Amino acid sequence: MALLRAFIAIIRRDLILAFRRRAEMLNPILFFIIVVTLFPLGVGAQPQLLQSIAPGIIWVSALLAAMLSLDGLFRSDFDDGSLEQLLLSPHPTSILILGKIIAHWLVTGLPLILVAPLLAEFLGMHTDALIILLKTLILGTPVLSLVGAIGVALTVGLRRGGMILSLLVLPLYVPVLIFASNAVEMASGGLPVDAQINILLAMLCLALVLAPLPASAALKMSVS
Amino acid sequence: MFLIPKPVGKFFHRMASPPYFYDFTGRLIPWLSWIFLFLVIAGLYGGLVLAPADYQQGDSFRIIYIHVPSAWMSLFVYVVMAIAGGIGLIWRIKLAEIVAISSASVGAGFTFIALVTGSLWGKPMWGTWWVWDARLTSELILLFLYLGVIGLYGAIDDKRTASRAVAILALVGVVNIPIIHYSVEWWNTLHQGPTVTKMDKPSIHISMLWPLLVMAVAFKFYYVIAMLQRARTELVVRERNSQWVKLLLESK
Amino acid sequence: MKNEHISLQVEALSCIRDDRVLFKQLSFEIKGKQVLLLEGKNGSGKTSLLRILCGFREPDSGEIYWCGNLLDNQYYAQMVYIGHRDGVKDELTVQENLLVSTALGFASQTSISQALKKVDLQGHDEVLVQSLSAGQKRRLSLARLLITDNKLWILDEPFTSLDKDGIAVVEALMTEHVNRGGMVVLTSHHDVQLHDIKPQIINLS
Repeated sequence: MALLRAFIAIIRRDLILAFRRRAEMLNPILFFIIVVTLFPLGVGAQPQLLQSIAPGIIWVSALLAAMLSLDGLFRSDFDDGSLEQLLLSPHPTSILILGKIIAHWLVTGLPLILVAPLLAEFLGMHTDALIILLKTLILGTPVLSLVGAIGVALTVGLRRGGMILSLLVLPLYVPVLIFASNAVEMASGGLPVDAQINILLAMLCLALVLAPLPASAALKMSVS
Repeated sequence: MFLIPKPVGKFFHRMASPPYFYDFTGRLIPWLSWIFLFLVIAGLYGGLVLAPADYQQGDSFRIIYIHVPSAWMSLFVYVVMAIAGGIGLIWRIKLAEIVAISSASVGAGFTFIALVTGSLWGKPMWGTWWVWDARLTSELILLFLYLGVIGLYGAIDDKRTASRAVAILALVGVVNIPIIHYSVEWWNTLHQGPTVTKMDKPSIHISMLWPLLVMAVAFKFYYVIAMLQRARTELVVRERNSQWVKLLLESK
Repeated sequence: MKNEHISLQVEALSCIRDDRVLFKQLSFEIKGKQVLLLEGKNGSGKTSLLRILCGFREPDSGEIYWCGNLLDNQYYAQMVYIGHRDGVKDELTVQENLLVSTALGFASQTSISQALKKVDLQGHDEVLVQSLSAGQKRRLSLARLLITDNKLWILDEPFTSLDKDGIAVVEALMTEHVNRGGMVVLTSHHDVQLHDIKPQIINLS
């Protein structure tokens, strides 16, 4: 069970690191809250209007927050040489990378879910819709981390990788955005959303299985 | 590999050698260009002159002779790019890498043309240049995917490394394209936009259809010509230190 | 696997970087109990060669064999690489860093505290790495050599930022490793003085 030990050691290490860099952890959440706050200021504060566009606002902001947080996934490991050590491990790289992605989601994705009820309240969302919103965030944000990992893995070696990262990653986020925000919208209209939730679940399974493979290939490319 | 007949295998083996590829494609391109010219003239004559005007859309439907083949090509080229990239990634064949990256800009061009012609066609139909029609939206996202590939290739200095990055990205993209396509289509049916008469009506009259197919084949030829030309340039730039390129430059 | 049978074989390796041929048709073989020292000017391809041996870089031509096989998980289970960058996390303690390194490989007989003692870092277990000096950090990353079960050490300038004592410590570690049947490939600007072991030398420039 050496592989399992390595997998857990990676998750544990990244969680300790995140905890010791607490200040950085807060950034994506603050960003998420601020962006959502900007919308009422930009489009006007009519409750009707806000309510109808709330799912879109929250999901687009979550998408952007997730993307911003991605840079931290491999950056410091790349800079201090830990990434090389990770790649030299005899264990399958994709599993170790999956560990890193899980730890990253726990410190950046999970907090988004925790503050979402507050933002839903800001935008006047109904309780039914809120429950569905939480469901979609739980299923959707891990997909964002997994797919995003491929993008950062490709760009971590670049000095000006930030802009290109958004170009690589955001188009791939489109399906999650469509199904997740649609589910919330339907739920606020009192319609059934099982189909959307199931599709999101399918996407999550697919991403869990597939995404670590190109991500590890891309990291090997990046250190060369 | 043992499923491939021997002469074909031999052909690909020889094509994998850069000097042979350069020489062979140099002789191939004029032939391809003539065929392309013949097809495109025939297709355009058939589409713009011979085909009758549409009973609903009048003459403005004729833009499909550019739009539809470009839209088909935009997807086709992406798949070719991903396959070539995958071959380059697995078997480390330099030429496959070059074919992959040379396809990207051509494919982006087709996607762009499909978008522009789609919007030109939409103006008389819908009264605006842009509607969030499922096809146009998918094409737009496809364009972003192409631009991502081109941008990533440009951002990495070492071109062999860049080729590997592009191949990985193209493979990820090709898995995602169907998902993106269907989710956009699904999104579009829910948010009922303007009711659009679909471009590829199932019952298109034969006199309208054959020029379309001819144009589609012509576009394939155009792609091969443009891609090969880019690939030849890329090849010479990458191999500028090798003996055969030096000989080539001396003989010119 | 018996130590005497391990071998690292390099055949006709070439590396081209930014239009410059760093080395061409390079072949060598080293076995257990041998040390290979790469020499050459800056930019002569020493680091590139080490990175190719690690599998980070693709050689432009040529092959590398570990015990007769192409590089596979067997190989990665038996090698350690210490590069320019220490590969340790500033925000973790010395012990936490080494625990992760052990988990990534396969643990050896040497415990973490024994390893720390050997590199003169005993008693620093709970210290955050960011409060260590550059030399101490280097010694910490060298402690990784001891805690995993390995045969091949690939060291890129292991003596950087080490003082005289530190250098002596590393040389002692290398001697011990080689006498146990291991092998070392390294680059160094310093003279390497190993007790009654004569390194093979390849000059790349």
